[in-house]
Amino acid sequence: MKKNMNKNYFEVLRPGINSTFQDNGRNNFYHIGIPFSGAMDNRNFLLANTISNNGINNPVLEFAYQGPKLKYIGENISINVTGDVNFKIIRKNKNLEFSCYENIVLENNDCLDILSTNRSVYGYLSIGGTFEVDYYLNSCSTNTKAKIGANSGEKLEKGQIIQLKNIKKILPKNKIEYLNPKIENIRIIKGPHFDYFSKDAIDLFFSNEFNVTKLSDRMGIRLKGPKISNIKNTNIKSEGLVKGVIQITADGDPIIMLSDHGTIGGYPKIAVVISADYDKLVQIPPGSKIKFKEINLKDAETIFKLYEMETQNLISNIK
Amino acid sequence: MIKNISNLGDAALYCDFGTEVNKAINRNVINYFNNLRDSNFLGITNITPSYNKLVISFDLKITSFTKLKKQVENLELKKKNNSKNNLIKIPVCCTEEFALDIKRLQKLLKINEAKIYETFFSKNYYCYMTGFIAGMPFLGDMDKSLFAKRLETPRVKVPKNSIGITEQFCNIYTFESPGGWNIIGKTPVDIFDNKKNTEPNLINPGDTISFYPISKLEYEKKYE
Repeated sequence: MKKNMNKNYFEVLRPGINSTFQDNGRNNFYHIGIPFSGAMDNRNFLLANTISNNGINNPVLEFAYQGPKLKYIGENISINVTGDVNFKIIRKNKNLEFSCYENIVLENNDCLDILSTNRSVYGYLSIGGTFEVDYYLNSCSTNTKAKIGANSGEKLEKGQIIQLKNIKKILPKNKIEYLNPKIENIRIIKGPHFDYFSKDAIDLFFSNEFNVTKLSDRMGIRLKGPKISNIKNTNIKSEGLVKGVIQITADGDPIIMLSDHGTIGGYPKIAVVISADYDKLVQIPPGSKIKFKEINLKDAETIFKLYEMETQNLISNIK
Repeated sequence: MIKNISNLGDAALYCDFGTEVNKAINRNVINYFNNLRDSNFLGITNITPSYNKLVISFDLKITSFTKLKKQVENLELKKKNNSKNNLIKIPVCCTEEFALDIKRLQKLLKINEAKIYETFFSKNYYCYMTGFIAGMPFLGDMDKSLFAKRLETPRVKVPKNSIGITEQFCNIYTFESPGGWNIIGKTPVDIFDNKKNTEPNLINPGDTISFYPISKLEYEKKYE
């Protein structure tokens, strides 16, 4: 990208570990092998765009663990960060501290340094304006496996320029009081291959804690714990997956499918994480422990309604 | 017909068409898939056909398992046959540097290289499904004499555009990816074109594929 194509832009001084542009994701392409993608933590994505007075599908910059360090060039702009994130703005050699979930003003030559997510994984940067990004199949969501979406399907890279457009006048604070919940119990519904596992294996699955390993990313979370032994077959004829599906590999370890998951898979599906727990699940960092709890479909639907109401409540309480 | 519809979590339907892998069952799955694509059922976000299952995911804010299940059960099937039953011809270069597992296959199958390729190129293959990675087609059925197990240790990186075989199936690696299939050649044709904004994948479920051999020289020409 050429410099100074536009008068408002970020220069990437440090890209961070896994910084990608995301929106609501892509519908209706599983059948050709393209996953949903989109922001991992949908609630924090929604809050970011709401605070920016943006449309709910506006692109945001998602980061994981360590975020990017960005130098801003341009007219004053409102920005906000959501998630449980530690960040600062460096203005004329002074470090300024700010909170998440409120608009702050970035000035010409400011440096936004997103240091880390606290005991969580993902955070979001939204702007009062729009990141100028490429769209592919109705979404800008970057999928680094298929190399599609914003930034030619790649993570942010050092030195690159992020052009901004439609810069809004400075926005009100739009502050939201929100504490990201930290959970260890993940609620699940039985999967179609529940009977592939012995009574003992099922007991182990529900009574033990599992460790979230480092082999976790936007595609999935790999767990380590007691081996879940299979009494029928460790493989099935490959079939469709959805996010939240828990497969048990031939080695007896659970893998939870996340937003960039392969669209079909050949391991038995022991369970599926309920929709209401998905945002919390993706925020559990490696090194943590999780435990599964079974509930029925009716309860899962009710809990999801409550979760949605809670999100709407947060939005209506913007000050 | 669908034998049973159950829930896959709280936001997807799991439609079971049987346990066997054959064209008759798979055509049934794809017929439902095509009809559902044309339906106006609210809230459907994705429909994933596979050998003998169809997974329909939906937005729980818009619809629910019970509601959508009833709609799918009462779906009127309009298209009788898969109207887009294309025949697609794929060139394959089988030079040694691309045919990574041909030596292993000769030993395993106890047939010589020439016979393996002659058998492989003599058949048409049916696309049961595409997926796992973007655009990857799962094709069958192989001649019984070519049934081979996966590699004991999967490759960390299978080169893009490699043709792999295992058991009754063959596939094309649309991206560089980990994988355990026996690699017998490489095509210069991009099966998934991420520059194309409509129909980026060349091969769709229900299509028929035939492979034909090309030389290294032709392979290089096609790449230019």
